[in-house]
Amino acid sequence: MTRSDKAATNAADAAPRAGAQTGATRAASAMDADTAASMARRARRSDHVATGVLAVLVGVVCLLTVAMVVYILASGGTKMLDWSFLTSNPSDGGIGPEIFNSFYLLFLTLLISLPLSLGAAIFLTQYAPSGPVTTCIKTIIEVLSSLPSIVVGLFGFLVFVIKFGWQFSIIAGACALTMFNLPIMVRVIQQALEAVPRGQRDAGLAMGLTRWETTIHVLIPSAIPAIVTGVILSAGRVFGEAAALIYTAGQSAPAIDFTNFDITSASCPWNVFRPAETLAVHIWKLNSESVVTDAAAISAGTAAFLVACILVFNILARIIGRALEKKVTAA
Amino acid sequence: MDEMDDNLTESAPAAGARATVTPAAGGAEVVARDVDLFYGDHQALFDVSLDMPANKVTALIGPSGCGKSTFLRCINRMNDRIAGCRHTGSITLDGQDVDTQIDEYLLRTRVGMVFQRPNPFPLSIFDNVAYGPRRHGKPSREALRQTVQRCLERVGLWDEVKDDLKKSGLGLSGGQQQRLCIARTLAVDPQVLLMDEPTSALDPISTSLVEDLMSDLASDHTVIVVTHNMQQATRVSDYTAFFYMGKLVETAPTTELFSRPKEKQTEDYLTGRFS
Ligand SMILES: Nc1ncnc2c1ncn2[C@@H]1O[C@H](COP(=O)(O)OP(=O)(O)OP(=O)(O)O)[C@@H](O)[C@H]1O
Ligand SMILES: [Mg+2]
Repeated sequence: MTRSDKAATNAADAAPRAGAQTGATRAASAMDADTAASMARRARRSDHVATGVLAVLVGVVCLLTVAMVVYILASGGTKMLDWSFLTSNPSDGGIGPEIFNSFYLLFLTLLISLPLSLGAAIFLTQYAPSGPVTTCIKTIIEVLSSLPSIVVGLFGFLVFVIKFGWQFSIIAGACALTMFNLPIMVRVIQQALEAVPRGQRDAGLAMGLTRWETTIHVLIPSAIPAIVTGVILSAGRVFGEAAALIYTAGQSAPAIDFTNFDITSASCPWNVFRPAETLAVHIWKLNSESVVTDAAAISAGTAAFLVACILVFNILARIIGRALEKKVTAA
Repeated sequence: MDEMDDNLTESAPAAGARATVTPAAGGAEVVARDVDLFYGDHQALFDVSLDMPANKVTALIGPSGCGKSTFLRCINRMNDRIAGCRHTGSITLDGQDVDTQIDEYLLRTRVGMVFQRPNPFPLSIFDNVAYGPRRHGKPSREALRQTVQRCLERVGLWDEVKDDLKKSGLGLSGGQQQRLCIARTLAVDPQVLLMDEPTSALDPISTSLVEDLMSDLASDHTVIVVTHNMQQATRVSDYTAFFYMGKLVETAPTTELFSRPKEKQTEDYLTGRFS
């Protein structure tokens, strides 16, 4: 430690001690000054060590992640930027229908799970009386969030595909994904609502608003930036999910025709009862039962596209979250 | 925007502005009789009887945990939502029992509350003030503008924010936010203003602005303020009530209570002999 460092240390030590004395704590002044100084030095050293160790750990994790993403993007990059690959049918080695299916499935999933989870989170944070029943519900939601996705998928297969007779279909996939997504969304929204300062709620009540009005007009607007960020991030997870879809949305991607508006036909893109393989399922299928010759290249291209989409989701979540935050607090 | 300002300054704010809510004929007298209050098994107030005269500032003082906030929350029934909280005795507003004779939500338009931490809604400055009138009536756009201007002027915020009415209330400084919250409360023409340590989170300049405001508001409102600051109590209040351990120890005109306290406990507290 250099001289100037030491001087800085002493100065930094002196300030809080002076404060403590005026704060009527006599203990600090009673303590031997040398002991205090050496303790401060030791605390400082262990702080440096801890910072160093943590920095290295974080560095390793970051490096691994970045390397993985870069590798995936690099190995499929050229394929990914090929327009015909992105638009043609799987029979021609493309992934056009898979891209549409992934987005459509995501949209349907959010359409079902967003209102459900919003309602559940509002109920749990605002209305549910604290008691055994509420605790039980919260635990169930937590358990649901740690269900392996293949279990969710097989459950969806038994219930939606077989029992309800929906066959392999987008709607069966969307329902399975909702089960998979719901607990996470409920948590995210619950946390966002709980993070709204208590004073805001009091303000609403003191203005003569009912609990419902307070929730809708005060709590939700305050929580909206966090809610939107959470929803987009969970969308990323859903987008990349494969196991829950293999036995629900199915593994075939019939060619779709955007001019077909007969929603009972298998080639109508909006038909929710047609089987629809997504990008992630496509990757899985290519690698497990590839029949095409350049399966590896197609799989790499698909993976690159999938990762790029998820990156975009994450960046969007940040930008939109921050913009909304700014809108709520300033501007 | 400019055009709107011109209109506003020309027409006298009084006429249209009050049309949204029944005009308050000044403050209302608040009277508490024999109030015992329990949080579950824990008794927080013991037989409190206190008159808070109309159009005066009454200060509630006392050590931390003595029940000042609890008492204040009885007046606008904010205690109702606390599970296990109940009280006996009565609190009346101009003779009407707040618990039995006035609707809970209407009561809160007659009795406004300002909190320790400024808590504007996550809305624009304009919408913050307009919220109450919109919620409790159907004001015309023009009446609403006038109400907003009148309330912001009353709290001395108009000149500071008149060009930024569309900006979020949360973007203001702490002191401005607190005055915005007071304006928001004033917009529904309450008769009584409850203030729970309204300046303890503010800087000295904002504090003195809010203190001046309290005295000014007392001309047509009953103001009841909890404070830990003895100087503040002497500066702003007409009457002071001293609470200790859930009991009302003494109440008197402020100058009298501070110069000649009758009870030993009051004297000890005022001279800082216990805390
Ligand atoms: N929500 C509550 N549930 C249970 N007990 C409470 C609750 N709020 C307050 N109390 C209890 O009631 C008593 C009075 O509290 P209160 O908040 O009214 O004190 P106060 O005079 O406002 O104190 P301070 O000056 O610190 O704000 C305290 O003993 C407190 O623990
Ligand atoms: Mg208090």
